[in-house]
Amino acid sequence: MIPEIGQFALILALSLAICQAVLPLIGAHRNDAAMMGVARTAATGQFVFVAISFACLTWAFVTSDFSVLYVANHSQLSLPTVYKISAVWGAHEGSLLMWILILSAWTLAVSRFSSGLPEAFAARVIGVLGLLSIGFLLFALLTSNPFERLIPAAADGADLNPLLQDPGLAIHPPLLYIGYVGFSVAFAFAIAAMLTGDLDQRTAKWTRQWTTLAWLFLTLGIMLGSWWAYYELGWGGWWFWDPVENASFMPWLIGTALIHSLAVTERRGLFKSWTLLLAITAFSLSLLGTFLVRSGIIVSVHAFATDPTRGFFILSFLGIVVIGALALFAWRGPSLDSDAGFGLLSRETFLLLNNVLLVVATALVLMGTLAPLVIEMMDGSKISIGPPWFEVAFLVPTIPLVLLMGLGMNTAWRKQEPSSWLAVLRIPAIAAVLLGVLLPLMFYGRVSLMLAVGCLAAFWIIATSLVQPIRSLRRKEGAAVITRSALGMSVAHLGMGLFVLGVTITSAFNIEADRALTPGESIEVGAFEFEMRELRDVEGPNYSAIEAVVEIRRDGEYVATVRPQKRQYLVQQNWMTEAGIYATWNRDLFVALGDQLGNGAWSVRVQYKPMIRFIWFGAIVMALGGLIAVSDRRYRVKATKAEKVSGTAPEAA
Amino acid sequence: MARYIALLVAAVILLGFLWFGLLRGDPRALPSPYIGKPAPLFVLPTLKDQSKTVGSADMAGKFTLVNVWATWCVQCRAEHQFLMDLAAEGSIPIYGINWRDTRPEALRWLQQLGDPYVASGFDADGVVGIDWGVYGAPESFLVSADGVVLFKQLGPLSWDIWERDFVPLMADGGASQ
Repeated sequence: MIPEIGQFALILALSLAICQAVLPLIGAHRNDAAMMGVARTAATGQFVFVAISFACLTWAFVTSDFSVLYVANHSQLSLPTVYKISAVWGAHEGSLLMWILILSAWTLAVSRFSSGLPEAFAARVIGVLGLLSIGFLLFALLTSNPFERLIPAAADGADLNPLLQDPGLAIHPPLLYIGYVGFSVAFAFAIAAMLTGDLDQRTAKWTRQWTTLAWLFLTLGIMLGSWWAYYELGWGGWWFWDPVENASFMPWLIGTALIHSLAVTERRGLFKSWTLLLAITAFSLSLLGTFLVRSGIIVSVHAFATDPTRGFFILSFLGIVVIGALALFAWRGPSLDSDAGFGLLSRETFLLLNNVLLVVATALVLMGTLAPLVIEMMDGSKISIGPPWFEVAFLVPTIPLVLLMGLGMNTAWRKQEPSSWLAVLRIPAIAAVLLGVLLPLMFYGRVSLMLAVGCLAAFWIIATSLVQPIRSLRRKEGAAVITRSALGMSVAHLGMGLFVLGVTITSAFNIEADRALTPGESIEVGAFEFEMRELRDVEGPNYSAIEAVVEIRRDGEYVATVRPQKRQYLVQQNWMTEAGIYATWNRDLFVALGDQLGNGAWSVRVQYKPMIRFIWFGAIVMALGGLIAVSDRRYRVKATKAEKVSGTAPEAA
Repeated sequence: MARYIALLVAAVILLGFLWFGLLRGDPRALPSPYIGKPAPLFVLPTLKDQSKTVGSADMAGKFTLVNVWATWCVQCRAEHQFLMDLAAEGSIPIYGINWRDTRPEALRWLQQLGDPYVASGFDADGVVGIDWGVYGAPESFLVSADGVVLFKQLGPLSWDIWERDFVPLMADGGASQ
């Protein structure tokens, strides 16, 4: 009964989505207030019914209703309750439902916090979001119904994929989807702007805030995924250039470019058509990611079950969105270009370079992701473009990007006076050169070209991002305090600096060793000695495991004991690696069990990873910067003044 | 205007390309470059007796199934019962390539689970596996009487797969000889 309610609610949500899309768009065209007024009500209704549907599916999981096919395939009686809940989005159908839920939640948030916008514009934004909802709801109802029955019911389920039975993975997809789907708001703003025929600075400001919010969730989602891959896959890597990782990374890169381009549109009214194009691209790449993951077109560890019908559906949807948006862009875009000028040495120039480099980086990732497919279709041979290609290619645009970043954020709009510019940048530059060369020498005893470039870039960004906050702290009486928006930018860039530092040091000084160990034997990595004390059997709720007790010593002194496991999940019979990690702020000691080699010996992989935490910590700081920027009161005050509406703040949803 | 149109055209090309990518079917069905070609020649010491060998010469003149297996491979364990049943049925001799494994482990495996193979070659360092283009265990090759690879199965075999993919090829091959 409950599952049928869920399905029925989904059908009702579809009909409301149709109202939400069609009426406001026609209303905005005819300037009919009654039709435009439907937008907010329909958006609220759609959210309510999608939420009911989602709750029904969750209920089916929590009560282990194995008469629902999806539940029977992805849950199991002995699965811990928290994973029964996260299993809702553990596979295609449920994660699609979650995607729809998040889309309707974003729509609801936009409809609540858009009273500062002109009525026709808000109606168009909500209408376009309604069109997207229709697409995804049809996708769910026609090809991926999560409520399909299994009669007779199964006695027990087939269990959730053990890879997903992990706290990190329970929250990674929701965060990632909030980010992905959030770009649909920027997309809807872009379409609405083109339909209206103008992108004014106030609209750009609004769009920028929603985009930053989506971007910060995407940042956190990608970070969690990377962290999970690090400790769960057992290889000790943090990024693998897997097609599906790339699929989430490309919208992030374009989203980052979009935030920067929107800054120019907001402050100077420039780059309008470029901003629109980036908004379209960011969302299209989110859709492309969905397509790559769910169609089975590319082989990846992340890929969902292969089903060509779904592939054709999502590709058709992608086609309609991309071709429709680009056609509208070709029609309306040219008239939006502005010819206001800016000096060669100005923030506009640096933001332009930022955009070009980020787009080049995205194009390289896209090429690397699709190249195997292209080559296979040309001559039938299977190739894979591995991390080595990406690692080299990706550095080409990103090294200049991080170096220019420090210059750009300390450059004035319109025109910068060179002499004051040099005065400001002198100290960060000296600090970066000294620290960049000396730090690796002092702490790790060697330095190479790439290492120096990486460290120099990292300290350069860190130092330059501190310039404005420090100035604000030391300001004279009566001088302006740094705005939240500028502080957010500084913090986000600081995060980028920490990230670059982590990546550089980890890749230069990482030490790893693989060895067969029996209890009592030990292995030395750097200054550390890892002794396998014993091997023992451990029973979990739905798995049995072999656990190694590994004692870590440094110069004979006890440091820590880690317990890496090799788990066999009882229902699906696959083996999972649980790495044993001893982490401090400046290094990780990582032990993973490999395979049993006979005679009581196991292959053991031991790694020393200096400063790897900086990679994820840097990403968190970036997201924090986004949060600070979104909380800027400037947006609230101006919107209120402009529209004479009180108490309707465009706050974080 | 032209550059806006160019953008649209580029997007259409990319989409069309993805469309054909979908039509191509399952990317996991890695085609073996050896299908329809002579199977690579090999000679390996047998698993049970290091002084004896098994190789292409033993397989000539009849349909054979070459199965790549290892004790560290969980999927091989899942497949093993099928191989035992197939051997009992007696329609085709099964030759094993014990791949990247250790001899004591492999012998214990055959002792415990039964031995469906006419003989298993012992390929400890995976050299023959490279010749045969093995991606991972288990993999199975159907080789015709004249030594041509007719089909390659990635992953564990089952009766369903056997009836669907292998039996028809053997029937065709029988007719043409």
